[in-house]
Amino acid sequence: MSTPLTALSIRGLAKRFGTKIAVDGISLDVPAGSFFGIVGPNGAGKTTTLSMATGLLRPDFGTAVVHGVDVWAQPLEAKKLMGILPDGVRLFDRLSGEQLVTYAGLLRGMDRAVVAARVGELLAALDLGQDAGTLVVDYSAGMTKKIALASALIHAPKVLVLDEPFESVDPVSAANIRDILERYVATGGTVIVSSHVMDLVQRMCDHVAVIAGGRILAAGTVDQVRAGASLEERFVQLVGGRSQTEGLEWLRTF
Amino acid sequence: MVAHLLRLKLTLLRNGLRRSPWQLVGLAFGGLYALGIVGMCLVLLVLLRQEDPGLAQTVVVLGGSVALLGWGIVPVVASAVDMTLDPARFTTSAVPMPQLLAGLALGGLIGLPGLATLLVALGTVVTWSRSVLPAVGALTGALLGVLTCVVFSRVVTTATASLASSRRFKDVSGIAFLVPLVLLGPITAGIFQGTAGSGVFLSGLADRISWTPLGAAWSLGGDLERGQAGAAGLKLLIAVATLAGLSWCWKLLLERALVTPPYAGSSRRKGGRLGLFALLPGTPAGAITARALTYWFRDPRYSGSLVVIPLLPVVLAFQGSQTNDYGVLMITGPLTAFLLAWSISGDVSYDNTAFALHLAAGVRGVHDRLGRALACLAFALPTVLVLAIVPFFITGDWAWGPSILGISVGVLLTGLGLSSVVSARYTIAVPLPGDSPFKKPPGNVGQTLAVQFGGMGVLLVLVLPEAGLVLAQVLTGDLLFGWINLAVGPVLGAALFIVGVRVGGRWLDARGPELLAQVTVNR
Repeated sequence: MSTPLTALSIRGLAKRFGTKIAVDGISLDVPAGSFFGIVGPNGAGKTTTLSMATGLLRPDFGTAVVHGVDVWAQPLEAKKLMGILPDGVRLFDRLSGEQLVTYAGLLRGMDRAVVAARVGELLAALDLGQDAGTLVVDYSAGMTKKIALASALIHAPKVLVLDEPFESVDPVSAANIRDILERYVATGGTVIVSSHVMDLVQRMCDHVAVIAGGRILAAGTVDQVRAGASLEERFVQLVGGRSQTEGLEWLRTF
Repeated sequence: MVAHLLRLKLTLLRNGLRRSPWQLVGLAFGGLYALGIVGMCLVLLVLLRQEDPGLAQTVVVLGGSVALLGWGIVPVVASAVDMTLDPARFTTSAVPMPQLLAGLALGGLIGLPGLATLLVALGTVVTWSRSVLPAVGALTGALLGVLTCVVFSRVVTTATASLASSRRFKDVSGIAFLVPLVLLGPITAGIFQGTAGSGVFLSGLADRISWTPLGAAWSLGGDLERGQAGAAGLKLLIAVATLAGLSWCWKLLLERALVTPPYAGSSRRKGGRLGLFALLPGTPAGAITARALTYWFRDPRYSGSLVVIPLLPVVLAFQGSQTNDYGVLMITGPLTAFLLAWSISGDVSYDNTAFALHLAAGVRGVHDRLGRALACLAFALPTVLVLAIVPFFITGDWAWGPSILGISVGVLLTGLGLSSVVSARYTIAVPLPGDSPFKKPPGNVGQTLAVQFGGMGVLLVLVLPEAGLVLAQVLTGDLLFGWINLAVGPVLGAALFIVGVRVGGRWLDARGPELLAQVTVNR
């Protein structure tokens, strides 16, 4: 089923909240060493899928396997392989940025000296060096995203799962983060990002999956999925839901 | 437009209740509490109808003035002002200012504090319904007074909005507010004692206050009853001018606030200060202890409970001074132990979704539990020991020393063990991170009550051996039971502490994702 060359293998994941089926049987193989984008409209089930694949949300059905380790059968081993940036969760924001990343490292049982060295480098790379001692609660939205990313990177995971990593991050920092991620992929790491910025995914990722309504509409390399068109055009075509451009005539009557 | 705003407020209230029936239960409890207070006030006001007009006037004016001050002060210090109709949200709707002001002011009356104030204020009409004119005066005064309360509170909150939005101010004011709240008993008793014999002083004070914006509106009925129509007329002018002046201030402030959003600036700080993370062992459990201890001092939701602890003996000592029996001071130790140990029973609820970090990092449950419990133990143990021993220096009744010491340590350790289990399985409704400790927490009130009372019941059963030994000493007077308790408390407590951490850890390992899902509901 999953070869050693598969970083993350998802089979038949499904989740229901009350009467709403959020994820309706998703299967996906993320090749090791790929930069994998997951795109979909709001409420498509991206966050739910990634939460189930990373051990944060127990699926109703299905399995997730990371480099041969079943996430739900051996959670502690699987989590060692993964760095996770969840979307929409709080941080321990009464810690300073530096304390938070140190905390994330120590929680994973890392050696204190190693943690200290990596924290310094990470904060410098993410332009947070000047604010290392500021409490995270006083950070801006973009800085908060970056410090959460640093917490996910600290233990040098084999697979990075980033939910909306570029949201409210300024363009310079976003470019820096992209550099970091591209170098990480070049040395054999696997990155899975969810986003609804199609341009970004098309430029950055080599593989992509389109999710809508809790199902996968298309998956493969970016070139396969976009089939000659731009990713955005293809996405709109797959997902549908473009409203008619007729109507709203009164909007032109000012 | 005004009716529209009021309808919006009612709809928001109704939808809030519709989210969960337990919200309704919470409102019902708050309503019962408010109803009790309102009922007491109303009975008092009705009884005052038969009393001397001078006395009635004093009570009504002073009470009204206190209410007005309360409306101004409480929302700021408790940062708990009801923001469902936050003016900032109407910035883009271009509602004409007069309508916006009227709508927001009347909207402020919808809700428990507004309704309670309105009801009590209308109660003064009964007090003065001795003839028509005073009743009309009281009605006018009551309406003016209540509106002034609402507008005054809006003026104060709008004026301090940028101050109040700074995190540091919120943190400090929330905690500072706790001190008078805890000392409410002694303070009110002190005031009553100090003023019981000085009715003349109070009536003089009320008389003077009735000429100020604070009390003018509340004095109309009384002045008319006593035939001082001229004074009443002047005071009506003062009251109307107050309301008009405050409304004008509010309008100015609001116009400015709508175009200049509050600025919550903060200074940047370079790193290099890891604090407790550098001092404690660099293991998962050590890091969690460091994190939890940092929170005990930095997060007002935690440090609020720290402020209460030193006030506890003060309240108890006051109780003792009333009855001249300081024996009650002996429960300081066990009571502190219970409060501190139980304070971490909602630890994961306090984390809210930040708990996802523990889950994502694959922290073992037992490390999570141990770290949190040790953090609390680190300062709770010395505190409890000191507070358990100090009372004996006052009472001199050292025969109870060993027993009290034993049960205090026993309660602390047992409580920490039990809290470790409870917070691994159940979430309770607590204020969200960053919110004031006083803010009404979102979430399931019913489950919170069930968990809290159920947990306390179990704790009572678990400390039965220690309690039994205290009882044995009471019955037989034999000091031997005290010494046995001094041994049993720590030993049994330590055993239950270890069991609690392990069981809690196992539950956490098994149900971590479900726990995260539970706290996600209240974010």
